[in-house]
Amino acid sequence: MSAIVSRDPVGVFGPDSHLSNEAGSIVTTHLLDVDGISKSFPGVQALKDVQFRLDRGEVLALVGENGAGKSSLMKILSGIYTKDEGTIRFEGNEVEIDGPRAAQALGISIIHQEMNLMPHLTVAQNIYIGREPRSLGGFVLRERALNKKAAELLKRLRIDLDPRQEVGELTVAKQQMVEIAKALSVDSKVLIMDEPTSSLTASESETLFRLIEGLKADGTGIIYISHRMEELGRIADRVTVIRDGRYVGTLEKGSFDVPTIIEMMVGRHIDENARPAVIDTHGNDVVLKVENLSTRNVVNDVSFELRRGEILGFAGLMGAGRTEVARAIIGADPKSSGTITINGKVVSISKPTDAVRHGIGYLSEDRKALGLLLGQTVSENILLPSLPNFTNPLGFVQPAKGKNVAKRYVDQLKIKTPSVQQVTKLLSGGNQQKVVIAKWLERDCDILIFDEPTRGIDVGAKDEIYALLNDLAARGKSIIVISSELPEVLRLSHRIAVMATGRITGFLDNEKATQNSVMELATRGHE
Amino acid sequence: MTTSTPPTPTASAKNPEQINPPGGTERRPIGQVLRSQLQQSLAFATLVVLIIFFSISSSSFFTVSNISGILLSTAVIGILAVGTTFVIITGGIDLSIGTGMTLCAVMTGVFITDMGLPLVVGVIGGIATGALMGLINGLNITFLGLPPFIATLAMMLIAQGLALVISGVAPIYFAEQAFKDIALGTLIPGLPNAVLILFACAIVAYVVLSKTILGRYTFAIGSNEEATRLSGVNTRKWTILIYTVAGIFTGIAGVVIAARLGSAQPQLGTGYELQAIAAVIIGGTSLLGGRGSILGTLIGALIMSVLINGLRILSIQTEWQNVVVGIVILVAVFTDSLRRRREA
Ligand SMILES: Nc1ncnc2c1ncn2[C@@H]1O[C@H](COP(=O)(O)OP(=O)(O)OP(=O)(O)O)[C@@H](O)[C@H]1O
Ligand SMILES: [Mg+2]
Repeated sequence: MSAIVSRDPVGVFGPDSHLSNEAGSIVTTHLLDVDGISKSFPGVQALKDVQFRLDRGEVLALVGENGAGKSSLMKILSGIYTKDEGTIRFEGNEVEIDGPRAAQALGISIIHQEMNLMPHLTVAQNIYIGREPRSLGGFVLRERALNKKAAELLKRLRIDLDPRQEVGELTVAKQQMVEIAKALSVDSKVLIMDEPTSSLTASESETLFRLIEGLKADGTGIIYISHRMEELGRIADRVTVIRDGRYVGTLEKGSFDVPTIIEMMVGRHIDENARPAVIDTHGNDVVLKVENLSTRNVVNDVSFELRRGEILGFAGLMGAGRTEVARAIIGADPKSSGTITINGKVVSISKPTDAVRHGIGYLSEDRKALGLLLGQTVSENILLPSLPNFTNPLGFVQPAKGKNVAKRYVDQLKIKTPSVQQVTKLLSGGNQQKVVIAKWLERDCDILIFDEPTRGIDVGAKDEIYALLNDLAARGKSIIVISSELPEVLRLSHRIAVMATGRITGFLDNEKATQNSVMELATRGHE
Repeated sequence: MTTSTPPTPTASAKNPEQINPPGGTERRPIGQVLRSQLQQSLAFATLVVLIIFFSISSSSFFTVSNISGILLSTAVIGILAVGTTFVIITGGIDLSIGTGMTLCAVMTGVFITDMGLPLVVGVIGGIATGALMGLINGLNITFLGLPPFIATLAMMLIAQGLALVISGVAPIYFAEQAFKDIALGTLIPGLPNAVLILFACAIVAYVVLSKTILGRYTFAIGSNEEATRLSGVNTRKWTILIYTVAGIFTGIAGVVIAARLGSAQPQLGTGYELQAIAAVIIGGTSLLGGRGSILGTLIGALIMSVLINGLRILSIQTEWQNVVVGIVILVAVFTDSLRRRREA
């Protein structure tokens, strides 16, 4: 009996049926039942005896700190890593998933945490890579059919993208939408989303959530990974928590609230709604003064001042031009007009090295392309911009000296890595981000611009990073923080500049700023 | 699997935030098209300028016989360059095409002259030698995980050694006129067949690169190999195939050069790979992978031979010719990087 039922080849029980455990039945036909999974890498036990199950038409949120093993677990399910131990049952049958194709064949698709796109190919070519419409024995591409298919898909998903545009030209957020479209272009039974919203703004996330609801209604099982706790209440049916590669527990809908989840994840209480201590920096010297800054296509007459010891937050919707302002200041993009004054002296910055020379550090929003040398070790990355400090008079690098500094950051930021000699590529996504932060902290610039600094970083570590930034400000550094997460801007900034369509629409002192007042300014000029 | 209708989210009209706000930073495809053709157009303009310059400088440059000579001397480098364009677009490199071509020529000689096999069999054998070398390159790169530079450097030495050993360090001559006609005959009056073969190779390569699955994966692998693999594409298989295709073109070049010289010269070959790679880069194909075109390569190859021919007509020493070609490569790569910097 059990053998027959567990196969359920024709879906006798219907897409949504599973014989419930409470009813005392022996058999369940969960969509996915994962048990006893272990996986180790050299020097790291990434997963140890992890379990979870997924039913049709539900969203299971998988949460845990950076390096807890979430992505590794998902990579096992999608055939990228092979498990050391454990069983995977798919619709009741034990399966071996030995490659991406095997996962695809079962109907498991994944949106990877790290962008996995081909920048030189178009949107349509990326979405259907490996599944292009073909003719003449499968060798000749039918490009027109491909573009048409992609256009239809994007239209149905209400994603506003041109299928023929090259992906490398899109912003990070739009690239993420391409990834999402790619995953949704196959009819999958299980859809894994590894931090899909980490680079999306609120409204884009909302678009995604509506898509998820539609998929749920169709019976797709969704595994959703996120560090944005506020999203869980919005879309998760159940939450499974893992910590240090081990299963901690699962909370059912209705019985979970964010503080409980965070405590299970981190093992301590964290106040998510804290505000910075009121520090009046208005009387301090102006360190950076930007006047009438414009770029050719986005930034429009932006002026602001940054004072010593101040944390100035930049809020706004996607496309408001915040990143573009930063890039124009540091000389990564050409300015069409505007003057920049540092410590009272007008400076000319036409390339990023000029910016560094004038003491401006910029942490980019796209860490993979611009912020990290993925093939190098953790300590090499951290020390890179400040290498001259670790060389002897003959120019030879003194590794021992640097190693201790790197170790200090690994401890301070709780970077999870077997050693500072680990290749950065092998760290979890959030831990890579911490390495980027460490790198700029060590560079010790007087003016620091952080663009989406906590993207993909867990709640506990965010707290550490906020504390670190406050500390830097208290020591007289001036900091600009660009963030799409409003709570983060409110949490961190002494003063907030709000942008909309390339202009600054207003400044708010922290005490007066609320989510609503910021949003009001951010949507100005959109009507 | 049944097709379920993907969900349609209801757009909220009240939501002030659009996915695509006005004043977004993305450029439209038309700009993209123009930009991706810039390097190519630049190369083309350079070619035109060179031709005009040499025509004015010397009356013997722009003559039917000289132009035909230029085209003939472009043929071999051009065919090699066309094949290696595939490899370079994947972000790889193939150093074995020069001496590999020599080995193919020698093998063709062995088949036809030494073994007395029919012409067609000999030609196919020569081309197959190239394919086999490409296959081995591909296997070494994918299964042994050797960097393309190392794998093909080794193959370059192996091919050179084998060509010398097999030929006994002496040229192998071809007696039959029909074989020499492969390169020197004129199906179209005034135009050597070798040039026709180059154009045929370029057209086939163009179609394969832009219209077939092989071409798509060539670009995909060069753009992001890991992502391509994770998308379920068997990147090993395609990489092997791409190196094999490059090998086939090496084989064709081997046959053409043997036919043109009427003999297989085992000492020849080194240096051809660098000229071919230079032609590819001058034509706008990126050494970093993901970008490139056959048309550009063709223009690049023409620039190389026009330059060399023109300098020779102006009686400039060979040594200086090398210096000039080197500078042209620098300029080409520099403009390419300028363009990339503007893009970023
Ligand atoms: N290929 C690999 N080689 C070595 N170590 C690895 C590899 N992949 C993952 N790890 C390690 O396994 C652990 C779990 O990583 P994983 O990426 O699964 O974490 P995560 O929960 O997804 O974290 P994040 O929230 O930061 O994305 C980390 O310590 C990571 O460094
Ligand atoms: Mg992860």
